[in-house]
Amino acid sequence: MAEHPPQAVNFAAASKAALLDPQLRGNFRRAMDGLMSKRAVQFADAKEWHDMRALAASVRLRTLAKLPELLETLEANCTRNGIQVHWASTTAEANAIVLGIMKRVDAKLAVKGKSMVTEEMHLNAFLEQHGIEALEADLGEYIVQLDGTMPSHIIMPAIHLNTKQIAHLFKRKIKEAESIEDAAYLTDLARRILRKKFMTADVGMSGVNAAVAETGTLCLIENEGNGRMCTTVPPVHIAFMGLEKVVEHLEDVPPVISLLPRSATGQPITTYVNMITSPRKEGELDGPREIHLVILDNGRSSVYADPELRDTLRCIRCGACMNHCPVYTKVGGHAYEAPYPGPIGKILVPQMEGLAKRGEMPHACTMCNACVEICPVRIPIVEIMGRLRVEAVRPGDAVKDAGAQASKAEAMVWKGWAAMNASPTAYKIATMAMSKLGNAAPTGLPLLKEWTSVRAKPRFASRTLHDLAREKGIPDV
Amino acid sequence: MSDARSAILAKLRTNRDAHPVTPPPSDTTVLAEKRWAPEERLPRIRRLMEAVHTEFLEATEADWSVVVREFLVREGAATLLYAPATPDGATLASAFPPSPPRGEGRGEGNLTLVPYDRPVEAFKERLFEGIDAGLTSTLGAIAETGSLILWPSVEEPRLLSLVPHIHVALLRADALYDTFWQAMRDNRWAEGMPTNALLISGPSKTADIEQTLAYGVHGPKRLIVVVIR
Amino acid sequence: MTTATAPQPTPPRPSKVYFFGTCLVDLFYPEAGMAGMELLKAQGLTVVFPQGQSCCGQPAYNSGYRDEALKVARAQLDLFPEDLPIVVPSGSCAGMMRKHWPHLFHGEPDEAKAVNVSSRVWELTQFLVQVLDVRLEDKGEPMRVTWHASCHAQREMGVVEEPKALLRQLANVELVELKREKECCGFGGTFAVRHPEISAAMVGDKVADIEQTGARRVVSGDCGCLLNINGALEGGRKPVQGQHIAQFLKERLHG
Repeated sequence: MAEHPPQAVNFAAASKAALLDPQLRGNFRRAMDGLMSKRAVQFADAKEWHDMRALAASVRLRTLAKLPELLETLEANCTRNGIQVHWASTTAEANAIVLGIMKRVDAKLAVKGKSMVTEEMHLNAFLEQHGIEALEADLGEYIVQLDGTMPSHIIMPAIHLNTKQIAHLFKRKIKEAESIEDAAYLTDLARRILRKKFMTADVGMSGVNAAVAETGTLCLIENEGNGRMCTTVPPVHIAFMGLEKVVEHLEDVPPVISLLPRSATGQPITTYVNMITSPRKEGELDGPREIHLVILDNGRSSVYADPELRDTLRCIRCGACMNHCPVYTKVGGHAYEAPYPGPIGKILVPQMEGLAKRGEMPHACTMCNACVEICPVRIPIVEIMGRLRVEAVRPGDAVKDAGAQASKAEAMVWKGWAAMNASPTAYKIATMAMSKLGNAAPTGLPLLKEWTSVRAKPRFASRTLHDLAREKGIPDV
Repeated sequence: MSDARSAILAKLRTNRDAHPVTPPPSDTTVLAEKRWAPEERLPRIRRLMEAVHTEFLEATEADWSVVVREFLVREGAATLLYAPATPDGATLASAFPPSPPRGEGRGEGNLTLVPYDRPVEAFKERLFEGIDAGLTSTLGAIAETGSLILWPSVEEPRLLSLVPHIHVALLRADALYDTFWQAMRDNRWAEGMPTNALLISGPSKTADIEQTLAYGVHGPKRLIVVVIR
Repeated sequence: MTTATAPQPTPPRPSKVYFFGTCLVDLFYPEAGMAGMELLKAQGLTVVFPQGQSCCGQPAYNSGYRDEALKVARAQLDLFPEDLPIVVPSGSCAGMMRKHWPHLFHGEPDEAKAVNVSSRVWELTQFLVQVLDVRLEDKGEPMRVTWHASCHAQREMGVVEEPKALLRQLANVELVELKREKECCGFGGTFAVRHPEISAAMVGDKVADIEQTGARRVVSGDCGCLLNINGALEGGRKPVQGQHIAQFLKERLHG
């Protein structure tokens, strides 16, 4: 198969469009402000937050320490329980596995609970190409699917739309919809439509929030009940997990599923914590007769190679980093054009898809550390961001397409900058020149042009601090 | 796809062994310290669950079946799905005279008791379109988060607590835990998990439309907890 | 891996300190640097300003050019030979030196020296409050101000309350806090020129927040933020002005 050089994704251009949409900006600002304050209420007890976070981080680090062994144990216990385990190195392999199952059971309709892994796989589009309908059942995902777009947030997929926009969308796409701009009405309408689908679907699909190696249990958390529908009503259930989602013990689950919803939406727990350990057993009256677990790599085993970048895999997908990211809250999720937006996306997606395509993502960040402050498993997101910036300009094999952004001109600029700042004499001459001549620089110069597009020109002082300190007789040693 | 399996595991092993991780010990003191006085647990559970629209009824072992029946009749429910082979199911049935309004099972007033006694495949349409309420037992509740613990079984199927519009759950007031963690440790869950275990902390809800809370999106619209003292 | 560095153990009150002015102060806000040194001198301290200093290396470090950052950081190491605190009028540059230098110099022959210098770094307001426990006498006219917290002061240096405590000591100054004090202003070094539109949206939100306080002055401890916020205030012809906290405090003490 011929490899085409990947096209770089232009975050700057996509974000520009988002910034020009006042509706969108308002939607995000309101939503994220609300989520941040609700989260803060959950973690009012600083000691509890500190200790829970340390515990959850230790659970995730233990997963990373024993990852291959835990995956083997998980597989053995799932298999013993009657869950069929499949491994996929790539999203194409994962899609092929799903298609194989769907064809074997002659499935025409799959209902889906939320699964970010299937977003990585572009599974819905793939199944559609094979004449199989994959219907998103999480209300937010359902809305986004009706709209023909992508989730703009991993926890709240339709957060970019307001009630009015959703009412219009329903009116356009659903026969029986009336023009009622009311969340309760729209929710009830979706309930009526989707219940029929749950009843008749051939296959149910879901993600996994944590897979317990010790017992072979798949844990899913949700509020709506669509996850339970998808994993209980259809005769076949296919669950998807990234290979990092395994935890060692059942007792590792409580800290993770406590911090996840508290961080994500500020609720103490989700309405449902659904723990699935086997398909329908002899004598049981409901539940799927087959459960398949698809374990996907898709670049994760490479992320795992580097001791610094590896921490990316601690993530429990709570999305709190998005809610707190000042860039995300301005541009929204779609601007990233990636399955995972926001801070976690900026470190995960470039590692999965490579720096040629995603080299700009780690730069879409002011390094403010708001995400690091609230990450419930203490991922050093900004340090990883900094490291990816290094990899983007330094050829090597730590990250896919490392060095893809290397530019001779940029490297020269930084070499020059270093030469100027590493020699007191050069620094003195350079700063003197800037003090004297800097203000005469035309605003059309690169960088200055971008700066002054929205700001007044910065003014160089006529004398530097070095000058003033010398004049005032401040001692040098 | 065993190729993928061995390739993935080999790569993980090589990469891990090149840079092993030493995780810090998992200190669960913070979980162990989440304690409430026994008399505080139920009020806390009630407060947390009521905050997400759960409703509570008070009853005794002697009268809960009547309390449930009267409540559902009052609310205009026409059908109550239950698990006939459980002790609670037997108790419930005893509160309904065997003369059904529609010639099926047992009934009282306009409320018919419907047993969940056959595989869902033989029953799907009725389950989804003809049932108002479902009654289940619980293994207790959790004070920290206000959550019911359910272990569906051969006798008490999974969909009883999911498909009917009203879920009625029986909670014995002596089966209260401080935390989820404590419940799973005290009962040694890790030694044997059932097909499906659940925590349920309220009726189905969503905030996917502009963060406006709406109840009853896919699962039950109402959750009624009957506290039995 | 935590956000802020561990809290500094408070050393005994020194009689002498080093001052690291930072390149932005040097070029754009030298008066803020002078004011910082004067505040320290007013506390009876001898202040040393090594003339060989330039930059902490952060611009290159955050742009992916670690070798260049190392070269520049290394050029600063010999400027602080005595075992004295190094006071920096910037949370961001202090954060670079305190938090990132040990990482940057890891495995280098001069790692021990870098770690030693790094461990002596203090952000100015943190030093004034924690080490010097200053008491300020306000001689200025009544005025309302607001405080802009820099991200790195808050999250790398753990400096949140100190500057506000200083402002609250001023009898005639009313401090009205921002609604979103913790939110980034959108400077982010090269971010502001790589993503000027997003940066503009961020500083736009910040300016709106500043305006709703009704303050005529926004005080901050970082000149990167000030360049950005002042640029936006001036570009938008707003009657509010941003000022470095050292300069603001100095003005208040002189009346």
